[in-house]
Amino acid sequence: MSRIGQTFTALKAQNRKALIPFITAGDPGKGMTVPLMHALVDAGADIIELGVPFSDPMADGPVIQRASERALANKVGLRDVLAMTAEFRKTNTTTPVVLMGYANPVERMGYETFAKAASEAGVDGVLTVDIPPEESAGVADVFKAHGLDPIFLLSPTTPESRIEQVAAAAGGFIYYVSLKGVTGSANLDTAEVAEKLAMVRKHCSLPVGVGFGIRDAATAEAVARIADAVVVGSRLIGEIESAPEGECVTRVRHLLADLRRGVDAATK
Amino acid sequence: MKLTDLPDSRGHFGPYGGIFVAETLMAALEELRVEYDRARRDPAFMAEFEYELKHYVGRPSPIYHARRLSEAYGGAQIYLKREDLNHTGAHKINNTIGQALLARRMGKKRVIAETGAGQHGVASATVAARYGMECVVYMGAEDVARQAPNVFRMKLLGATVVPVSSGSKTLKDALNEAMRDWVTNVESTFYILGTAAGPHPYPMLVRDFQCVIGRECIEQMPELTGRQPDAVVACVGGGSNAIGIFHPYIPHEGVRLIGVEAGGSGVDSGKHAAPLTAGTPGVLHGFRSYLMQDENGQIIETHSVSAGLDYPGVGPEHSYLKDAGRAEYVAINDDEALAAFHDLCRFEGIIPALESSHAVAQAKKLAPTLRKDQIILVNLSGRGDKDINTVAKVSGITL
Repeated sequence: MSRIGQTFTALKAQNRKALIPFITAGDPGKGMTVPLMHALVDAGADIIELGVPFSDPMADGPVIQRASERALANKVGLRDVLAMTAEFRKTNTTTPVVLMGYANPVERMGYETFAKAASEAGVDGVLTVDIPPEESAGVADVFKAHGLDPIFLLSPTTPESRIEQVAAAAGGFIYYVSLKGVTGSANLDTAEVAEKLAMVRKHCSLPVGVGFGIRDAATAEAVARIADAVVVGSRLIGEIESAPEGECVTRVRHLLADLRRGVDAATK
Repeated sequence: MKLTDLPDSRGHFGPYGGIFVAETLMAALEELRVEYDRARRDPAFMAEFEYELKHYVGRPSPIYHARRLSEAYGGAQIYLKREDLNHTGAHKINNTIGQALLARRMGKKRVIAETGAGQHGVASATVAARYGMECVVYMGAEDVARQAPNVFRMKLLGATVVPVSSGSKTLKDALNEAMRDWVTNVESTFYILGTAAGPHPYPMLVRDFQCVIGRECIEQMPELTGRQPDAVVACVGGGSNAIGIFHPYIPHEGVRLIGVEAGGSGVDSGKHAAPLTAGTPGVLHGFRSYLMQDENGQIIETHSVSAGLDYPGVGPEHSYLKDAGRAEYVAINDDEALAAFHDLCRFEGIIPALESSHAVAQAKKLAPTLRKDQIILVNLSGRGDKDINTVAKVSGITL
């Protein structure tokens, strides 16, 4: 079983839900990512989503786009992200790392080359937001062959007839996008999400994580009541963006600990 | 599979094209694919499209023998397909009418568009006014500055113009922002994509709507000259005017198809927008095609004096035609395009768009290599009124 699978199994045994923070690799600085990853784990992260910077992040809102721009200004590319993961793995061999990004940097490196390097670096899953299952025929197989879980999105607009097809291609967990829009949008309707998740679970046995629109402990708790995992991205990036120099890691640690309390409150 | 049978059912032109978008848009693209498939086989839909092209756009556009230009260039006879004479001044309107009719058929009351030079924005604002729809146009902040007349034109037509200040502040960033709007308002909104690019079915449906250009040429050229041209030349940004004139000519094997990319300050300088000439395949904006990218797969900022060609990708069918060897692609630099712009003004009394001037400049290079009885057909995709400020600025003149 993959590290992601083991994590969900262990959490289930403890009647707990997963907390999955997202940060963009290389933001705010090249040397900040690994310390931030460790801080996230200390504060209660179960899985870390590491954003691979891309010049044209079409599915992201302004907050994550700015993080991408800062990381690119710091000259951080896919190879650096793999190096950061390898560095993180030197002292953490248990927390799964999922790379999240867009197709082109991976395409440019070559899917096979990337999968091999990612696996060696200690990456556990890959989510390329602009490769839907229809275009992933060869890609998902290459990832799986190297022990990487291919993670796919489902959204409010996904018709029921499509869920099985997506689930069949997926590994690790399903990422349910809670609302129509880009990352960092507001207006999360948990009742609507709950309804859709019930439908997803009819066709999919993988754990389901929910992201988009989770801003604080209260929304984290609400989502943890209905999902297997809570994904938080823009809120964390916003904290990184606004933190005075030197306080970034501390601020992120506090915010994540707060979100952790929210997630744990859901199963108390 | 024949070149003219592409794309396949999932939008692939060989390795190019496809649907590379986030999950939220998949259902909307499927809905569009299904509806377009019905529409194109619906005689009433096609009849209305043709009626609008004739009575609203003013089609067919004429083909004009540019005798003085041909003489000056000293070789083959140059003919111009006058898309600049269309309502709104460019070929873009052919596509926006088609897509607006689709939007109406699908019950969408709000349309969005991205624009570079502003021609597609104007054409979108125009059809939105014509069919009574709300219209929002995304435009790079840099393009808003250099295409002020078109920005005002869009506003006159009732559209909201949103300047986009992210990234390079040009067409690609406008496209990102339009996609973000669409993903947020996907149920109420129709995205009128301006070029034969983006996720399937856009490259196909934009091509189909633009093919009226080439189909007319195939009828008009024998009437005018007794035969088809030896070469067809068109500028390529995203590539919609080029694919519109090329596609019907694909089976005419004796006709060379030449696409002209923006060479900017020169392909060797790195400051250009010529992915087919100097790029490599990759995935951007929902499809796979040749791209301007660095070794990490990041998209490189492009440069062209012409806002409409200032785009790092190119429609997937052009990538396929390049690899298949059916079309040739070359780059024309800013200064060559500007010289051709002035040539056409002075020799023929036609002010061409800077985009189209790239095609004229290629004709200038090609003509002397051909006999005087040979024929080059240039797609004059748009008129240049919108560019007079840019040309004045480049010439050091303040208007």
